[in-house]
Formats: sequence, C-alpha cells, structure tokens
Amino acid sequence: MILLPCPWCGPRDADEFGYAGEIRPRPDPSTTTPAEWRGYLYLRRNTAGWTRERWFHRMGCRRYLVLERDTTNNDVRPSTDASSGSGS
Amino acid sequence: MSMRLGPRVGEVIDRDEPLSFTWNGRTYPGYAGDTIASALAACGVRVFSRSFKYHRPRGLLTASHLDPGCMVQVDDEPNVRGAHRRVRPGMDVRSQDTWPTLSFDVKAANELARRMLPAGFYYKTFMSPGWLWPAYERVLERFAHGGVVGPGKVSALDGNERYDKRHAHPDVLVAGGGPAGMAAAVTAARSGCSVMLVEEELELGGHLRWGDDVDLTALSELRGRVAATPGIEVLTDAVVLGRYDGNEISVLQRGLPHVAERLVKARARTLVAAPGLIERPYVFAGNDVPGVMLSTAVRRLVNLHAVKPGDRAVVLTANADGDATALDLERAGVEVTRVDARRGGDVTRALGRGRVRAVELGDGRRVECDLLVTATGWTSAVSLLTMAGDQPRYDDTAARFRPDASRLPSDVMATGGVVGDGSCAQLVAHGEATGREAARRSAQSSVTASAAPPPLPVEPHPALFRGRTHGMVDFSEDVSSKDLFTAVEEGFRCPELAKRYTTATMGPAQGKLESVNVVAIIAEATGAAIAETGTTTWRPPYAPVSLGALAGRLREPTRLSPLASWHHSHGAAPLVAGAWIRPDHYGDPVAEAASVRDGVGIIDVTPIGKIDLRGPDVSRLLNLVYVNKWSKLEVGRVRYGVMCGEDGVVIDDGVTGRLAEDRYLMSTTSSGAVTVWEWLESWLQTERPQWRVHATPVTTSYASINVAGPRSRDLLARVVDDVDVAPEAFPYMHVRTGRLAGVPGCVVWRIGFTGELSFELHVPAGYGLHVWERLLEAGRDLGVRPFGVEAQRILRLEKGHLIVGQDTDATTKAYGAALDGLVKLDKDDFVGRPELSWGGQPGDGQRLVGLRMSPDSLVPAEGSQLLDHRGLICGRVTSSRLSPALGRAVCLAQVEAALAEPGRQVTVRLVDGGTARAAVTEQLAQVDPEGVRLRA
Ligand SMILES: [Zn+2]
Repeated sequence: MILLPCPWCGPRDADEFGYAGEIRPRPDPSTTTPAEWRGYLYLRRNTAGWTRERWFHRMGCRRYLVLERDTTNNDVRPSTDASSGSGS
Repeated sequence: MSMRLGPRVGEVIDRDEPLSFTWNGRTYPGYAGDTIASALAACGVRVFSRSFKYHRPRGLLTASHLDPGCMVQVDDEPNVRGAHRRVRPGMDVRSQDTWPTLSFDVKAANELARRMLPAGFYYKTFMSPGWLWPAYERVLERFAHGGVVGPGKVSALDGNERYDKRHAHPDVLVAGGGPAGMAAAVTAARSGCSVMLVEEELELGGHLRWGDDVDLTALSELRGRVAATPGIEVLTDAVVLGRYDGNEISVLQRGLPHVAERLVKARARTLVAAPGLIERPYVFAGNDVPGVMLSTAVRRLVNLHAVKPGDRAVVLTANADGDATALDLERAGVEVTRVDARRGGDVTRALGRGRVRAVELGDGRRVECDLLVTATGWTSAVSLLTMAGDQPRYDDTAARFRPDASRLPSDVMATGGVVGDGSCAQLVAHGEATGREAARRSAQSSVTASAAPPPLPVEPHPALFRGRTHGMVDFSEDVSSKDLFTAVEEGFRCPELAKRYTTATMGPAQGKLESVNVVAIIAEATGAAIAETGTTTWRPPYAPVSLGALAGRLREPTRLSPLASWHHSHGAAPLVAGAWIRPDHYGDPVAEAASVRDGVGIIDVTPIGKIDLRGPDVSRLLNLVYVNKWSKLEVGRVRYGVMCGEDGVVIDDGVTGRLAEDRYLMSTTSSGAVTVWEWLESWLQTERPQWRVHATPVTTSYASINVAGPRSRDLLARVVDDVDVAPEAFPYMHVRTGRLAGVPGCVVWRIGFTGELSFELHVPAGYGLHVWERLLEAGRDLGVRPFGVEAQRILRLEKGHLIVGQDTDATTKAYGAALDGLVKLDKDDFVGRPELSWGGQPGDGQRLVGLRMSPDSLVPAEGSQLLDHRGLICGRVTSSRLSPALGRAVCLAQVEAALAEPGRQVTVRLVDGGTARAAVTEQLAQVDPEGVRLRA
C-alpha cells in the first residue's frame, strides 16, 4: 500500500483516500463538441511515468488533493490542495 | 516402540508435563513442547501423509514448518503444519486425504499408472472431449490436497474462532530471529528505534537452537540481550508474508489467545531481512522414501525434541552441518556411515517403500540402514528481498543464489545467512552493524555516520543438486527431475514456463525448498549454466495465509436511527438497506398503506441524506449540480431536483429547501447521502473553489419522520408549537422551521413522496423518539399508525414516483427516467448539460413507463424481461406491487424508447417461464395523477 503525502495530514496510507483520477480540463459546456466532451468523459492518457492526479482524503481532512505520482514505481511528490489553483 | 532419547541440553520439551492426543483415532503420548510431528516420531511413526499425485508414503523431510510431508488435520482445522504446530492435550490429529487409510492406500496404485500422469498432465490427459470435463473434475478432486473444514469436532478454539488485524508503525522491522536478526534488533533498539522482531518459529534463535554447546551459550546470551533491551516487540510464531510499497510489511501472527490468527500491517521505516538459509534437498531415486531427511531435520529432532530418527544412518555430507549431524547421531546411539560428498562420495538410490531399508552409494556399495541424511547445500531465503527489488545472482563458489544488495531501496537491508557465511560471532557483528545502519536510516538514532556492515565471508560449497538418478524435485506436487527433463524436451526451457507446465514449485511449499533444484535441473537439461537460466519470481504471500486472516473482523458498521429501539419493541420486521436497518413493516404492510390513504400514518425516514448548505453562493451550486433551475427559489420554499453526472446519467434526486437567505437544507437518497456530499465537495474544491459554500452532512443529526395521509395536517396541528400548518399558511412545496412538541430547531417541509398530503419533520436526533411518541399519542383518535418501507414503496409506486437506482440504472439519462421536463437546457451550465443537450432522440436508449398488466392482478417479479412482438428483449420491469388502492398490479418499467408510447403492447416474461401481456400506461401515476390529494 503506497503512502500519499497529504498537505494537511502528512503521509497517509492510500487506503484512506479515494482516487479521483487523472486531472483533465473540463471543456466549456457552451461551445464543446461531442468528440471533445466524450474525450473528457472517457479518454485517459494512462501514462507510464509521472502523472498529475486527484485524490480525495476521505478518511482524513476530506480535501481533494493534486498529486504527482510515477505510475511505474509509485514514487510521489509533495501534493497541494486542489482548490489552491493548480488543480485544473 | 519409543524413539525418545534421554535429556538433551537444548531440548524444548518439558518432561514434567506429559500429555496425550490422538492420531487417526489412536491415543499417543507426548510432552509439552513437542510438535505434532516430534511426538509422533518419538512413538516410531514414520509415515505422515500420502503424496499428491502418486500417493506415495511420505515422512519427515525438514521437520519444520516447510515440511511438505506432514500437513495434517487438527480438529476442524485442515492443512496444519504438523512439524510446526505444538501438540496440545486431547488434540484430534488426522492424516489428510489418504482414503481409505494411511497404511493401505488404494490410490498408491496410481504409481503403476505413472504413464497416465506425465509432465503437464493437467494440459494433456484431461483435455478432450470437453463435454467430459464434469467427469474429469470428479476424478481430479479425489487427488486434491486438503483436509476438511468443519463441521467435524470443534477445536479448542471453540467460540474464539475469530481473526484479527492490527496496524503497527515500527521504526525497524527485523524479519527473522536468528543470531544476526536478534543482534540487529538489539542494536537498533539501543539506538533509540522502536523495533518489531518477527520470527516464524516458536522461539528465537534460528540454527543456534539445535547447535553445540558454544551455539547454545551464544543463544542464551543473545536471548538475554533481546529480553533486556526496551523497545523490542518480539513476535514469534509469526511470519512476514510480504513487503509492499512504502515499506508496508504484512505479518501473520499465530498461536495467540482469543484469536485464531492476526494479520499485522506494519509500516516500517526500515526493513531488515534476516531470513537465513533453507537447507536444500538432494535429488536422487527414492529421495522421498520415509526415512530420507535433511540434516537440519535430524538436528531438530535429536537436539530440540530428543527424538532418535533411526537406528542405523547413512549421512551424505558436503558441509560442516552434515558433519555435526553425524556426531549428534552418534551421541544419540545411532550407528552412522559417513559419505563425504567433498571427497566424491554420493548416494544413487534409497531403497524401501514405507521406510528406508538400504542405500546404494555412488561407489556401488549397498548399506543397510533405516535413516538417510543429506547435507548437500543451502538456499538463500531471498523472497522478501526480491519483493523489494533484489535480483539474486548465482554464486558458483557457494553454489547458491545470493542477494544483490545494490538493488535494494534504501529502506530495505539484509543481514545474516542470506547475505553470507561465517561464525556465530561474525553473523552477530554483521547484525549489529546492520541494526546500527537501519537505525540511522530510520533517522531515530544518535548515530549519524553511515557505516556499511563488514562483509560476511562466503565459504566454498560443492554444487550438488541432482545425483546420478532421477528423483523427486517438488515433494508437494510430486514433480520429479524426469518430469522437468520431459518439459524441457517439449520446449519449456525457461523456468517460468517449465514451472507452470509441470506445476513444480506451485504446491504448499511454494518453491522455498525446491525452486533452486528446479532451476539447476533445467540448466542441466538445457546444457546452460545456472546463472544464465535465471530464477522464478517470488511473490507474496511468502507463507500460506488463511482467508480468515485476510478478512479479519467485520468492520462494517450498521446504522440505526434514534427510533430503532422503538421499532424493535413494536414488532418491526428489519430490512437491511445499505448500511441501515429499517422497519420493513410492522406486520401488515397493506393495512399500513391503507391507513395512509384513508387517515394518517408516520414513517421513520431518518436514513434520507441531509446536507446543510450555507453561504452566499449556495444557489449557484444548486444551479450547477441540479438539472433544473434554482436561482429563484424563495426563502420558505422547497423544490424537487435531479442530479446527473457529466455523462447525463441520473445519479440522485431529492428536495432542497431554502430555510433562510444563506441557509439551505438538501436531501438526497439514503444510499446517495455520502456520495452526493463528496460530489458537492469535488465541485466546490476543484472547479469552483472561489464559491463561498459550506456543505455539512447532517443526516444523523436529525431524526426524520414523514407524517402522511389526509389527516396528517390535523395531527401535525396538535404537536406544533409555533408553526401555522393551515393550507393557506403552509402550502405544498414549502418549508417552515420551528418548535414541535416543545423541541426547538425542527425543520418541516410539505412534500409528498407517498402521493398524499404529507409533512416531513426533521427533528434534532436526540428528541426523535419524543416527537415520534407524541405523534402517536396525539393522533390516537385519528387512527395514526406507523408504517414501514414496504407500505411506502406501495404508495410511491401507485403515485408513479421513481426511485433512483431501482427504476434507473447506470445508463439511464434524465430523459430515460421521464425527467425531461425538469432539464433546463436554457441554463448556461450544469453538470451533464452537453450530454443531455445531444440526447433524448427516439431510438436512444430506454424510457421509464408505467405498465398495466393483463390480467391486471398479475404482479410480475421485479427484473422480469419485456419482449417486443419479435420476441426480442426490449426492457424490464423495475418496480412492481399489488396496489391495495386499485386492486390491481402497478408497475414501472424501462422499455425501448420506440415502444414507450401509451397503449403499446409488450410481453412480460414471467419467472415461472410463462408470459403475460402488458400495455404502456398514459402516465406513471396510477393513483391521483392530477396531484389533488398532495395539494389538499
Ligand atoms: Zn488530509
């Protein structure tokens, strides 16, 4: 079980978090096309390497976090709160 | 015939505590401290099981937890390691899978049919024709390992058959309690670390326990140091199962009071692996005949348990431990013939069937004996290190794979025999240096300078894997060296493939005894070097683990409303609804429903999700998460809303009321209470962090009671203190706050899931029972009665109100749930807007409709399929009940959009195989479609 760094709670077992997935920008709903919108809904880069993803600290501070993680070895870098501006 | 020896210096049995137990129904004596295997061996028992494929008699091989030959059934517990489990008074021990008896085994006739079971027989013999598979399966299951799980005699754990879990956070976890492991633990603890020292065997000490006087002195000195050092938690009879990301170490603990097993999840700053060496069996003809043992097995039996393993022994020795074993045997009065492998001595064949009768030596001599001991080499127990990234390398000098410490992450270290050879003092020095460095890496130490442990010497050892004959390689799976040669001939030249083809290393021993022999024999068969043949991959768990230990205790909480005790004492039938237990009914759901239609009833709806929303931007949030419009909701009003995901699929519904300018109360479905809250938070925290909204879950802060029926206003009027419930003062879809039955801070909204005039009261939870009882008391002359979930489901179905998740599924978009009218595409944005703006055309999925059955009293089971005129499936019944108000079935169904028009006929496929006709109704509501009663 990997340890995730929560900016509020410190290193915590990944069991405590919900995985909210790769961060992807939400298209403007008033101008989006079906192709673009469905890419946002269903397509993921699934990178082998460093990814930016969102985790929800469900059993801790209940904040959504932005975390960089290397999917090949689960190395992680310090995370930030999703509302701090780097989240989208 | 007693094989018990006189007292030994290092024995672990307590001769002052004799006991008795049964083996296959007969009573045997033993001493406290005996294992099942040692007690039986002391009584002259030599055959403990039958082998897997050929059902050959099997005796002790390693006399340790790894022994493949003595898995036994103990009381109702199967697959117990008989050479590890201590015997207890009165224990009922039985051999496993030896029908009809251990001594006379019909399946031994299999051996004659060896040709039937060639290498890869799983993939050859029982393959075709496929339709015979059920018959093959019945044949194969007779060959399977394993005892019987209950309901036999209940074990001494009776009533305590629980499994437990624990989390631990040691600075240093030392896996292995031999000399190096003990030294590492002591040094790390003295440097200020909290240390967990885990040993698979029943006591600390490793190989020192069965050693000579010098070893025993070192043992007691090291044990004394461990006991005297604060900060070391010692777990014996506990095995490290695996090492995972973040240095999470799983440890299985056995032999505890009150629990059968406990799984410890330890998050260690530094792992020190000190697993030692495992003695390797030698491959030759007859190497699995009872009486052929490893040297460590003999030393355990003689020195720990005072058991004489035979009377005349041949000892094939290639190292100092083999020499010491010969001396131990001689001291125990056994006649010993030494065969020195370092001088070219060899064993070609063990003769005998139920026991060794004689041995053929490499020089052609034949020696009569009843015990053959091999000391032909060691295997490094590298599995834990490979889980951390190590790739062991074959060392020609030592004739074994050794870890490559350079590949280990900084939080994993190794010490002891797995690293190299050396005297006890050298192993201890290496352990101490490793413990000091582990403490430094754990940053809990005053020691600052990094000091690499001094290297351990590597002693030359002859490379002995297979002799001149073919013999057993995997004793658990009955795979011989001949089978491996066959596999290589058939093209399975890589160990990973040959392993799967022959099932070698795939039995209960999981390769710990046999995997290096497998590699060596494949290398021999392919003509390659061992180093270039490579190994198989080690994966957790290192040792077998019971499902009970993985599951642990049931930690799923049950949620109960503050009225639960009242429901229980008034005959409510419990209904498990997600985490909640709710009253399904109080004996007569139809009468309960009728009382709501005709008079008044009350229902506990506490599980309804409730979220308190405050702040200046709540209406913007509501506009975003609901498909309908919220900006004009006035204070004192309530509105029904539907939430869809970004894919347009309906995810929840409920009403939200505006209690004050900046304060709202949102309700959700019971099952959606938590997910909706998290979902609101995700929008507030990620996409709209600038909005000022506080969302607080208050589901269990309130007891929620729905008062429903034409007399509900009359009843409520008797319990309100400061709320005017007159129709003109409190219209439909409005909310009021105030005092009820003396309780301040209540929220009342006038809504109608049941289709009747009704009021939903949200009362501070601690006063829920008070208000509930007050309502029943005040309404006695009105005929008020409690109703349960079943009556509510009947009522809402008569009214055609959908339940998200029952009448919709994970593909139902808003228009598929007949909610098109709510979707306001003229809003700039809301969740799922683009998807909903493109959909909703005929042919686009299914629609929610009402069904009228023919005959009309037939109630099809929920989930019944609907068929179109061609007989193709075109939908399903999502909800169905017999309506007491109408005297006929009322149904909701999902049906293809093209068939969703009123009057269209479909066929319903019934559970009993028959069919019935049904017609799509004009509207979903069958009772009061105009909503007159709601607005009364
Ligand atoms: Zn946190």
